[in-house]
Amino acid sequence: MRPFGYLSAPDLPTALDAVAAGARPLGGGTNLVDLMREDVERPETLVDVTALPLAGMDELPGGGLRIGAVVRNSHLAADRLVRSRYPVLAQALLAGASGQLRNMATVGGNLLQRTRCPYFRDHAASCNKREPGSGCAALGGLHRGMAVLGTSEHCIAAHPSDMAVALVALDAVVEVQSVRGTRRIPLAELHRPPGETPHVETRLAADELITAVELPALPVARTSRYRKVRDRASFAFALVSVAAALEVRDGEVVDVRLALGGVATTPWRAREAERLLLRAPATDETFRRAAAAELAPAVARPDNAFKIELVQRTVVATLRQLATERSSAERADGTERSSAERADGTEGGAA
Amino acid sequence: MIPVKLRVNGTTELLALDPRVSLLDALREHLGLTGTKKGCNQGACGACTVLVDGERIAACLALAVQYAGRDITTIEGVGQPEHLHPLQQQFISEDGFQCGFCTSGQICSALGMLAEHRAGMPSAVTPDLDAAEIALTEAEIKERMSGNLCRCGAYEGIVGAIERVAR
Repeated sequence: MRPFGYLSAPDLPTALDAVAAGARPLGGGTNLVDLMREDVERPETLVDVTALPLAGMDELPGGGLRIGAVVRNSHLAADRLVRSRYPVLAQALLAGASGQLRNMATVGGNLLQRTRCPYFRDHAASCNKREPGSGCAALGGLHRGMAVLGTSEHCIAAHPSDMAVALVALDAVVEVQSVRGTRRIPLAELHRPPGETPHVETRLAADELITAVELPALPVARTSRYRKVRDRASFAFALVSVAAALEVRDGEVVDVRLALGGVATTPWRAREAERLLLRAPATDETFRRAAAAELAPAVARPDNAFKIELVQRTVVATLRQLATERSSAERADGTERSSAERADGTEGGAA
Repeated sequence: MIPVKLRVNGTTELLALDPRVSLLDALREHLGLTGTKKGCNQGACGACTVLVDGERIAACLALAVQYAGRDITTIEGVGQPEHLHPLQQQFISEDGFQCGFCTSGQICSALGMLAEHRAGMPSAVTPDLDAAEIALTEAEIKERMSGNLCRCGAYEGIVGAIERVAR
């Protein structure tokens, strides 16, 4: 590993000054330290942000949730409010990495993690992300794990995060700060598709630090799910994944959020599918049509073409499951009702 | 070099470290605590698992300078040959290892995992995230221990040892 300077920031102004001076923020290090060891990342200075007062989670007026940028992935997944109001987020976090890494990884670091494309960390191969202009070895190489949506002729690397797929489905907003001030970016706009500049992965300015992620109050999210398909049962990146929230009333979709992982160069909000689902009958046929429309622009190569079919099936299966299960709130109501029925003996009488 | 106070197994050690030194290398090379193993050195195998403030982490991806002042427990602090931790005893009784290279990581990881379970943390295979109590089934143990590989394939014994201690 190349030498670097290290500073642990005791407060936000110190951290922002350091980032403005060119330091790279360091969270849990699960991705950055690994890539520094591989000589893919070469920061001159690291500013450790894990001691900053950004490890809190606060309910927002109106029912939303503010998540500090250095909240650990495991703590976020275990939070009771997240588990009941945004189960898709808890599931996505728990589907990612291992227990050890979830205890280290931060929310901000998770959003900024780099791709797992093998050529990105292989100095013997060309990679436009690692070395702009050098070419993309994945195009003619091993590409089974690569993206089919949002790609360009310069890069087809998939975005690896599970958490970000759930967050983008939940309309999350990212708060970023710099010495110039604070701004808020919808998560759906934080990551940039590769286009001609695959090495530019986000819309963050060089001096900006992610300080929080905010979730809006979103009743539909109580009935939500993350489904991940991978080569191993655990501790593997997604081949495809689906984050979905669905509300069905009288057989009709009245609210829906849908996002896809493993298939795209950015956390992929499936807006075309959502448009077709809204106000449509909650049937397998609707789910299939919506998934197919979302994947219509997909561009595959021989070895990752399976993802197009697999992700559509996963969308249908996830929506079908949500359509037939009640939200946690309804479940709680049902439990109260049945215990009341048991108490006055009507349940036995009805049977 | 950066002065770093590491608190390991209850003892505070003052070290001068290059910021590149991982917590794993600080423990092994600077403090002589070689019970923690270096396997893949990239966070994939779990052999380097230690407890920090009771939580399990991969020491290979942790820069030592980040862990100044934290309470670090390695396998040497879990038990010693003359007074084994109950989980170490069960690893012996249940044949939870062959070569033993992954064992210290397995044991530290299992201790962290059991604490997570006691604190009510769910896993990817927990059927109901809202449940007040989560049963520590075999499926739960396997999912929660997926960050620790055993190339000898002693998984049956590892799961058995953890089950016995959890009961």
